Amino acid sequence: MKLKTSLVATFALALSLPAFAQKAVEAPGGKFVKEAEQMFRTSFRADNPKYWMTRLEQDDTMKTCLQYRDNPPRPIGQKLERQNAATIRYPVDGKLIGDWKEGEKLAAVGTGGHIGFIQPDPAGRVRGGNCYACHELAKKEVAYGTIGPSLHHFGKIRGNAEEIVKYAYDKIYNSNAFTACTNMPRFGLHSWLTPEQITHIVAFLVDPESPVNKD
Amino acid sequence: MFHRFIRTLASAALLGAFASPALAQDSKVADELAKYREALADGNPADLLEVKGEGLWSEKRGPKKASLEQCDLGLGPGKLEGAYASLPRYFKDTGKVMDVESRLVHCMVTLQGFTVAEATKNWYSRPGTESDIEALVTFIGAKSNGKPINVPATHPEEAKMAKMGEYIFYRRSGPQDFSCSICHGQEGKRIRLQELGNLTTKDGAGTAMKTWPSYRVSQGAVWTMQRRLIDCMRQARWPEPNYLADSIIALETYLQKTATGTVMETPGIKR
Repeated sequence: MKLKTSLVATFALALSLPAFAQKAVEAPGGKFVKEAEQMFRTSFRADNPKYWMTRLEQDDTMKTCLQYRDNPPRPIGQKLERQNAATIRYPVDGKLIGDWKEGEKLAAVGTGGHIGFIQPDPAGRVRGGNCYACHELAKKEVAYGTIGPSLHHFGKIRGNAEEIVKYAYDKIYNSNAFTACTNMPRFGLHSWLTPEQITHIVAFLVDPESPVNKD
Repeated sequence: MFHRFIRTLASAALLGAFASPALAQDSKVADELAKYREALADGNPADLLEVKGEGLWSEKRGPKKASLEQCDLGLGPGKLEGAYASLPRYFKDTGKVMDVESRLVHCMVTLQGFTVAEATKNWYSRPGTESDIEALVTFIGAKSNGKPINVPATHPEEAKMAKMGEYIFYRRSGPQDFSCSICHGQEGKRIRLQELGNLTTKDGAGTAMKTWPSYRVSQGAVWTMQRRLIDCMRQARWPEPNYLADSIIALETYLQKTATGTVMETPGIKR
C-alpha cells in the first residue's frame, strides 16, 4: 500500500514537473520591452500638460499585469490583491449604501476624462461609472456590454447583508483587491469616483427598490 | 455617382431613424445595422473621397510641381496594387518601418517639396476642412481591395516593430487602468452594443483591419488607421500620440501581422 502510494506520488510529480518546467508565456514586447516603453513615452507632444502625461505612469499592478498579459501566476496575483486591498478608503460617516437614484445616473454616464487636442471633454463634463459599458444592470437598459458579468438582480440574488455591501463597495473602489489584473477599472483608487459616489452605485446594486432588483 | 450619392443620403436618413434611443433589442439593432451596411455597400460616401484621392495622386502639386505617381509604397515606384495591404514595412531609403501614411507624407516631402508641417497640417478632416491625406489614403487603400493583407514582418526591423506594438497593446495605464487588450483581447464581448473583435487572433485582427480606411457614420468622415488608433488612445483617457508616431506604426505592424492572409474589403463603413 505504502509502495503504491509513493509510486502514485512519484508518477504525479513526474506529470506535474513538465508543467513547472514549462517556460512562462513571454512578456509582451519580448526583448524589446525597454525600447518599446521608451518609444511609447516619446510618442507624445512635448507641450502636453504635465498632468496629462502622468496618465502614462504605471503602478506595480499595471506593470505586473502587462508583464503577464493580465494573467499573473497565482502567488503574484495574490500579492497584488493584498496591495490593492490596502488602498481602500471608506466614507467618513461609514455608510456604504447611498442613494440608488444617484447611482442609477452614475451607472449610465460614460463620458468624462477625455483629454488631448482633437476631441477633449469640455470642462466640467460629468464623469460617471459607465457601468453599462460592461455590465447588464436594470432590465430596461438594453444597451449594455458583456465584458463584465451581468449584475441584473445583484441584490435580489445576494441580499444586502453587511458583507455583500462591503464587497460591492470594495470591488468598485479597487477591483484588483479581489482579482488581480481584472478588466475592471479601480474607480476609487484613481479618484475617478468619490467614496460617496461609490455608495450611490452600491445602493443601485443592493437596494430592493432599485431597478436592478425589480423586473 | 450622383444617384449613388442620393441613395447614400437616403440610407443615412434611415440610420438616423434606427439610432433613436428606443432600441428594442440587441439582435434587432444588429440586424438593422447589417441592412444599413448593405444599403450603403454600393454607395459608401468614401467612394467620393477615393475619386478625389485619385485626382490628387496624379496632380502636379507642391513647390516641385510634381505628382505622386513615382511614390514608392514598398512595391516599387507608382505600384499601388496591393501596396496598402503590405504595409507597414521596412524601407531601406529611410531606414525605418513606415505605414501608408508616413510613407505618403515622405513622398509628399521628397517628390513634391512640401514640408512635413504642410503635408500633415490637415491629416484628418473636420467640418469645413477637408483632408488630402484622407482622400489619398482612401484611394491607395482601395487599390488593395480584394488583396490579402501581407505583413509577415520577416525583416528584423519589422519583427521588432511588431513586438513593440504587442507591448503597447498590453500596456495598462491611466485613470481607468485601460489597455487595448482589456476590450480587444477576448472573444465574443460587447461594449454597450458594440461588438468587440479579439485583435490577438487572425480572425479578429483580420475583420478589424481589412475594412480600413473606413467611412464612420457617427463621425461623418473617413478615418485612416492612424486616426483610428490615435482616437483609441483618447478613449483610453491617455494623451494623444503625435500623428505618425512610431508607437502607432508599431501597433499597426502588430495588427497587420496578426491579420495577415485576410482579404481586404476597403473602403469600409462603420458605426
